[in-house]
Amino acid sequence: MSNTKSERKKPDNEIKIELPSYSVNENMARSAVASFIAQLNPKLSEIADIKCAVSEAVTNCIVHGYKDSIGKITISVKCYSDRTVKIEICDKGCGIADIEKARTPLFTTDSSGERSGMGFSVMENFMDKVTVKSGLGKGTRILMTKKLSPVMIFNPAEDEKKLNMSL
Amino acid sequence: MSNCEISMDEAKNILTAYIIGDIDHHNAKPVRDKIDNALYLYRPKELLMDLSKVDFMDSSGLGLILGRYTKAKELQCEFAILNPCDMVIKILSLAGADRIIRIIKEDA
Repeated sequence: MSNTKSERKKPDNEIKIELPSYSVNENMARSAVASFIAQLNPKLSEIADIKCAVSEAVTNCIVHGYKDSIGKITISVKCYSDRTVKIEICDKGCGIADIEKARTPLFTTDSSGERSGMGFSVMENFMDKVTVKSGLGKGTRILMTKKLSPVMIFNPAEDEKKLNMSL
Repeated sequence: MSNCEISMDEAKNILTAYIIGDIDHHNAKPVRDKIDNALYLYRPKELLMDLSKVDFMDSSGLGLILGRYTKAKELQCEFAILNPCDMVIKILSLAGADRIIRIIKEDA
């Protein structure tokens, strides 16, 4: 409802980041998104959730999309007036053969037992909505949205008035 | 460049890994290698991962923790994590790992 409305609306602010798929850039990617959304005064837990979801998506581009090569990852972040944040993370890597399977909790292509297979589950649990579009040999596009909770405005004068009225 | 540091300490058959910084896919490998090397070198009775100075972790960190839990078990070594922040617990609980892994919380 509010999501579909904001899809048609122009964002209040937006950024686009393009980076090569070096794993050292994972930190930069999530930190850049976190600094950008800080202007909306999100709760600390909301920043942590978004950072983590971005980290998962970018790691997927690096580990899976560009498994044997280095390619471009593009991240676009849009903020809307209703406090919806839309994050799109794309690669032009190998693509996902079976999206349903990839999204299954604990599913991993790794046999060493070092990967949890929880990347998509983290994105789905920490964001409101996650859409995955992928084409074999074409790449993968992940769209994640989250509506931030309203800002708590600190107003001591108003709070005192309310307190006096209730007494 | 790394925004994650690890130091190890062994005393009385207890091996403690102190991790400082973010645990993501990029940082997980050196941490994993250091812990595993020490684990095989000292063969401790207990392995502790001190996470009190970790304020960011993604599912790669979950993989790291579950991997060390499995490795410790193979070597008949007890395993626990120390003082994880709420964010780390949230990730662990997504996979139900908070019910498998022993979590020790010390008051600062």
